[in-house]
Amino acid sequence: MAIDENTVRKVARLARIALPEARVKPMVSELNGILAWIEQLNEVDVEGVEPMTSAVPDAKLPMREDKVTDGNDPAKVLANAPKAEDGFFVVPKVVE
Amino acid sequence: MTELTSLTLAAALDGLAKKEFSSAEITDAFLKAIAAANPKLNAYVVVTEKKARAMAKASDARRAKPKAKLGALEGAPLGIKDLFCTEGVRTTACSNILGEFTPTYESTVTANLWNAGAVMLGKLNMDEFAMGSSNETSRFGPVVNPWRRGNADDRLTPGGSSGGSASATAADLCLAATATDTGGSIRQPAAFTGTVGMKPTYGRCSRWGIVAFASSLDQAGPIAKTVEDAAIMLQSMSGHDPKDSTSLPAKVPDFRKACARGVKGLTIGVPREYRADGMAPEIEALWEKGVEWLKAAGAKVKPISLPHTKYALPCYYIVAPAEASSNLARYDGMRYGARVTGKDLLDSYEKTRASGFGEEVQRRIVIGAYVLSAGYYDAYYLRAQKVRRRIADDFRAAFADVDAVLTPATPSAAFALGEKGGDPVEMYLNDIFTVTANLAGLPGISVPAATDARGLPLGLQVIGRALDEETVFAVGAALEQAAAFKARPQAWWS
Repeated sequence: MAIDENTVRKVARLARIALPEARVKPMVSELNGILAWIEQLNEVDVEGVEPMTSAVPDAKLPMREDKVTDGNDPAKVLANAPKAEDGFFVVPKVVE
Repeated sequence: MTELTSLTLAAALDGLAKKEFSSAEITDAFLKAIAAANPKLNAYVVVTEKKARAMAKASDARRAKPKAKLGALEGAPLGIKDLFCTEGVRTTACSNILGEFTPTYESTVTANLWNAGAVMLGKLNMDEFAMGSSNETSRFGPVVNPWRRGNADDRLTPGGSSGGSASATAADLCLAATATDTGGSIRQPAAFTGTVGMKPTYGRCSRWGIVAFASSLDQAGPIAKTVEDAAIMLQSMSGHDPKDSTSLPAKVPDFRKACARGVKGLTIGVPREYRADGMAPEIEALWEKGVEWLKAAGAKVKPISLPHTKYALPCYYIVAPAEASSNLARYDGMRYGARVTGKDLLDSYEKTRASGFGEEVQRRIVIGAYVLSAGYYDAYYLRAQKVRRRIADDFRAAFADVDAVLTPATPSAAFALGEKGGDPVEMYLNDIFTVTANLAGLPGISVPAATDARGLPLGLQVIGRALDEETVFAVGAALEQAAAFKARPQAWWS
């Protein structure tokens, strides 16, 4: 399953990374190198094997009581905002 | 009193307890050593001098009180990998995308250390978002290994991603350091710098407040000068945390005590699949020496088989980038970090992420997005998760017969900065012996055991059962004792 230039452009778009045209070709060859190496996983017999989704065996996610444990600290929340005003994040216009 | 910096953590704690010196004195010695060495080694990206002095003073004041209630790390100056959020101290994961991000909260692991009385010297350099094996992907430039090849002055990598933690510990710029390990990022740099690196069981340390890379693999641990020091560090770093739902509600045993257990009656497995084709003869010889040492110390050694070993790295390079592409989606330049404003919202996202992420991080995000995308999910991601189960099952079967597994830590000694640049896969192969423990969630330690022909350190790795760090420490300490590794880098940096 080799990747072509259009796939790289499409996936970079999905990942929201502006890929300069000059990086497309090198990225194609780097990704194909990595994917070719990964192909060896096809040799493994995985028939009937449950996918492993967690490194913690048989762990059920713990549930906590549904109550507010923190909050009411807008100054802390906004402390690292690139742009903030009157207790809000300021972001580029979303709706025309 | 510069010799204070060369103490082990255990000896320093002892000296502090006996009031042979104060925390202010040893902290001052480290700050002076850092000021002299950092321009050459680039291990620290932030030195928190004021905070360090204040914390040391507070520790001395606690100790001066009658009936003082003291912590297990009281007054000990430590370095912190830049992946741990530290309140009021810039934390960037050594990525441009985090700009001047200054957390308003403290990670659980570092909070545990401060509660135990430790002193923070500063933040340590690392590969960007912990993605790398040579520290060359850091926004602040690479860390330099204090070790050199004989008399040659080539700058060598300290390994990665915890290269700053390893270099600082090896060069006596902290008593010990925090680090993290997703595929080998504690153990490989420890092996490259003649230090001890311990990755505990997944879930032993809370991940809360640690910048996420691959959440099902990331685990914090220490880099230290000795096995006992690593045990002391891990003791304070560990513990259940309700803020991390994958943190294990398990009792933390006495790790330091376990170091003295010895290996009599233990059975150690030697996995034949780790004998990789083209293994350097020095590595193979060291591995055999390790077997002899453990036999001489009273352990039984037997060959075992971990048949899916060769699939671990390719499996990792699907699972880790997939999780990374999902975790790193949060960096959109809107709520924190550096924003690049484009012509509209989408353009802002794309420009922000293109300028904020380095090449290796971008590559992994794109791979991750690809293996998770419609039409490829089953062929790549789902298959990798099944192979991961096979790898974990290999270990489970092996641990029915053996108490721990002995392997080399790395396929080579430290290489030169810039030596491995062209082919990403070549760099990835650094983690060939370490990555299995991450996939299976098992504890693993790297212990310095010998030097190669050019005088560079080499490490042995011990992998144990889940939540059995005690045996890992016991075997690690036995190797350390038998190896009697006393080599030190020449202090060309001070």
